Amino acid sequence: MRPFDYRRAETLDSVAEGGRIIAGGTNLLDLMKLQVEIPDTLVDINRIAGLDRIEPQGEGLRIGALVTNTEVAADPRIRAGYPVLARAILAGASGQIRNKATTGGNLLQRTRCPYFYDPAMACNKREPGAGCSAQGGVGRMLAVFGTSDACLAAHPSDMAVGLRVLEARVEVRGTDGATRQLALEDFYCLPGDRPDIESVVQPGEIITAVILPAPVAGSVQSYRKVRDRASYAFALVSVAAVATMRDGRIDHLSLAYGSVAPRPWGDDAVTDALVGQAPDAGLFRRAADRLTAGHTPHPDAAYKLPLLRRSLQSVLHEVTGLSEAAIGTDKAEAFA
Amino acid sequence: MSKMHIKMTVNGQKKELLSEPRQLLIHVLREELGLTGPHIGCETSHCGACTVEMNGKSVKSCTVFAAQADGAEVTTIEGLGNPDGLHVLQEMFKEHHGLQCGFCTPGMITRAHRLLQENPNPTEEEVRFGMAGNLCRCTGYQNIVKAILAAAAEMNSAKEAAQ
Ligand SMILES: Cc1cc2nc3c(=O)[nH]c(=O)nc-3n(C[C@H](O)[C@H](O)[C@H](O)COP(=O)(O)OP(=O)(O)OC[C@H]3O[C@@H](n4cnc5c(N)ncnc54)[C@H](O)[C@@H]3O)c2cc1C
Ligand code: FES
Ligand code: FES
Repeated sequence: MRPFDYRRAETLDSVAEGGRIIAGGTNLLDLMKLQVEIPDTLVDINRIAGLDRIEPQGEGLRIGALVTNTEVAADPRIRAGYPVLARAILAGASGQIRNKATTGGNLLQRTRCPYFYDPAMACNKREPGAGCSAQGGVGRMLAVFGTSDACLAAHPSDMAVGLRVLEARVEVRGTDGATRQLALEDFYCLPGDRPDIESVVQPGEIITAVILPAPVAGSVQSYRKVRDRASYAFALVSVAAVATMRDGRIDHLSLAYGSVAPRPWGDDAVTDALVGQAPDAGLFRRAADRLTAGHTPHPDAAYKLPLLRRSLQSVLHEVTGLSEAAIGTDKAEAFA
Repeated sequence: MSKMHIKMTVNGQKKELLSEPRQLLIHVLREELGLTGPHIGCETSHCGACTVEMNGKSVKSCTVFAAQADGAEVTTIEGLGNPDGLHVLQEMFKEHHGLQCGFCTPGMITRAHRLLQENPNPTEEEVRFGMAGNLCRCTGYQNIVKAILAAAAEMNSAKEAAQ
């Protein structure tokens, strides 16, 4: 590993002095071993007070950026009001990694595209302008939505999909000390011609918290992760849903999709067309078709489109009560 | 790049050392402190052979800078038992053939130890879920799961007897 300086930030202000943030280190360390990441200075934020708590905020919750994935998934308030988030987290990584992985670090974990990991291959994320080896290369983990000619990589986080479906906001603190809050779709940048810029977080800035809105009372929530193995593997595709029913019709619905795009994906037109309708297999099939219509991904990742369509239909059946939960689905009700 | 002064409590003993920022905890444990129980299987945070306890939580010590462990309490397999007094988990791994080559075993046992602290009475499914971050190339896991369930039963009956 390349040598670097290590600095401990005791206050939020001192983060602004620069250096690459290290939280749990579970993603950054592995990338530094491979020299995919070569920071000159690391700034360890673990001693900054106040970022390691989950607190009520309004009718929702404020999750500090240093709260670990294990702590979020175990918190009784999360399990009761936001079970889809606990399920998404527990579907990822392993106990040891979740014990160290933090809320802020999970959001900013880098892609698992094999060309990003291989410094011998061209990658616009690692070196802007170098080219994208995934174009014409191999890649069954690549994204199918939101890509550009410069980058086909997918964002791998499960947690972020749970946050998007819950309409959470990310709080970012600027170098001037002012904070701003962003919805997940505004927090992450699509690759365009600068795939190295992955989020709105600028050097010297820090994610301070994630804010969850009030729980959706009486909702059924589900996280379906499809992967190569039953455990300890990144998603090929995932679908997260939060739904409530009234008088036999879909009253509230939120949907998000993981490992299919450079950020947790959403499609308002698909969701809006379902709200107010009575659950029905044909309706769900049309929604799934609409979600993937017009997309022609890299041939190795093209299987993700039918897989996503089937996963979405299956999850819709479950959260609307049209059929029982399928094996392998993490379904739970919110009691809030 | 200057060295850093690091203090840790390892298996109950206070340790102070100078470490380069890029030194991994596993390297400090094995090379500076002579604790070769935790193994290096992959060094990419996949296999779990390097599992130790840090401040009461299982972590992969190949994915922790020694600098991150400053001020921490660290427990390795050496802190759980020794040849003259095996830990119940070590006994049960022996009894139930929970090991073959033994390479994964220190990580398995250290992880299982923490798992049983967090959940003293796990189901088989909970053991499998909790152990998902530890890979074994030899046993097929069956006997590892059996050993952990047997250790849980043993530890619970010892606890009851003590009450
Ligand atoms: C074997 C393995 C399997 C995995 N499987 C899964 C899986 O199935 N699903 C899944 O979702 N994830 C998985 N992960 C990824 C894991 O979830 C991430 O590594 C973890 O969440 C990163 O959190 P961290 O705190 O360790 O981040 P770090 O490694 O510390 O940081 C990651 C990035 O975020 C930046 N950063 C961290 N905190 C902040 C902050 N507060 N403000 C601004 N920037 C910040 C860092 O500078 C760095 O660029 C897996 C990881 C491993 C090693
Ligand atoms: S050596 Fe640390 S996880 Fe394999
Ligand atoms: S006993 Fe050989 S790797 Fe587990």
